[in-house]
Amino acid sequence: MDFLNNIFPNIYEWIAYWIQSLVAGLNLPKDAESALVTAIMALLVIIAIILWMVVMVLILIWLERKNAARIQDRVGPNRVGPWGLLQPVADTIKMFIKEDIVPENADRFVHTIAPMIAMLPAVLMFAVIPWGKGMFPVDLNIGVLWIVAVASIGTIGVFLGGYGSNNKYSLLGGMRAVAQMVSYEIPQVLTIIPIVLMVGSMSLVKINEAQSGWFGMQWFVFAFPVGTIAFVVYYLSALAEVGRTPFDIPEGESEIVAGYMTEYSGMKWALFYLAEYFNFFIVCIIGATLFLGGWNGPFLPGYVWLIGKVYALVLLGMWIRMTWPRFRVDQLMNFAWKVLVPIALVNIVLAGIALPIFKMIGF
Amino acid sequence: MLDRYGIVALFAFVAVLFPAIPLLFSWVIRPKKPNKSKRATYECGLEFEDFPEAAQQVWVQFRVQYFIYALIFVVFDIEVVFLYPWAVAYNALGLFALVEMIIFLGILALALAYAWRKGLLEWT
Repeated sequence: MDFLNNIFPNIYEWIAYWIQSLVAGLNLPKDAESALVTAIMALLVIIAIILWMVVMVLILIWLERKNAARIQDRVGPNRVGPWGLLQPVADTIKMFIKEDIVPENADRFVHTIAPMIAMLPAVLMFAVIPWGKGMFPVDLNIGVLWIVAVASIGTIGVFLGGYGSNNKYSLLGGMRAVAQMVSYEIPQVLTIIPIVLMVGSMSLVKINEAQSGWFGMQWFVFAFPVGTIAFVVYYLSALAEVGRTPFDIPEGESEIVAGYMTEYSGMKWALFYLAEYFNFFIVCIIGATLFLGGWNGPFLPGYVWLIGKVYALVLLGMWIRMTWPRFRVDQLMNFAWKVLVPIALVNIVLAGIALPIFKMIGF
Repeated sequence: MLDRYGIVALFAFVAVLFPAIPLLFSWVIRPKKPNKSKRATYECGLEFEDFPEAAQQVWVQFRVQYFIYALIFVVFDIEVVFLYPWAVAYNALGLFALVEMIIFLGILALALAYAWRKGLLEWT
């Protein structure tokens, strides 16, 4: 059990030890040496996380298509590899060798840089996400604030994509995307506050540790009613924030072709797509960490619990995507400002009042 | 402190590099055969050759609602910045903090109610 829990930190230690002995041969001064080892190890961790995420996203794409097929009574991808498992790989190769078409009137620089900016927050957010006990790149004491702050950069990328394409549909899609992301950011950010309130810290590691009671089942979603309401509001606004289907106004294909992605093809389009799935996965990780206890749970190692919870949220999101029709723009905005924001505000006051009571019953 | 933010800076560096590498790689291996109609702006139901200016004219009119939502967003976003430190320090501050925050949230709820009553949240 302990061995399984510590397997990744141990591997980290071994590699760090090995790098240390390599660097020692350079005869650098003491602090330069330790700084170099830290930097190399951090770089390795970052590369490992990104590779792991790319694999996760490939699985996610396959899972989404397979699930959609199952719900819509189809078979889904089944030609490339067993059960179509290699379909995302084939798609990736196709994306690489596809011609990149930039419209004549487009702003070439903005058009190119937009998908890169959309990708930026997805990678930056991994800096503070804990994957298991002792498995995190950095433990910032402003972890939650960092995620909330960095997440809004994605909006800029999406809008630049819409603006740089010089196309009516792209511009409309970009505007809609900004309006939607900006509106749903407010309830999403407000619902995290009760959790910060209960923990008394913004560090994601501390938030995880605060949920470790009751044999690893003291999750904030069970802190009725504050945590439960916060979780529901968070999940709905997170789905809207990443533009999943009941909330996919920015790319509603029956109205504005493909929204901000209309003029994109090849690798640039793939980057937008990848960023979307990265973001979806990240909001599920954050939801699992803040409300569902993160790495806490009985019997199994921490990272297994976390990935399990994340996949539960992901599958729920896919289910919602396949079952519900798209909202209208006015319904979407009303839902954010007239339903979610008031609930979130009331929930904060409720949390302030309920906190002493929770303390009393030992939560 | 510094080494932690150093790692975050490394993350930022990789975050810029990570999308650039596949773009460069695909730039090397992909075909490049542009032609006039491929590079035309996408337009629905109009031939680009027949109506070039109709397809290029993207200065469409926007609802003022986008701007109003942005303004309300700024108000709430700044409020959140004040709420986070309050949430962190709540245990140390006690009842006083709760009363203060209820007043603060009350004023904001009033602002939201005002915007609502004025019909600024209607998408008509």
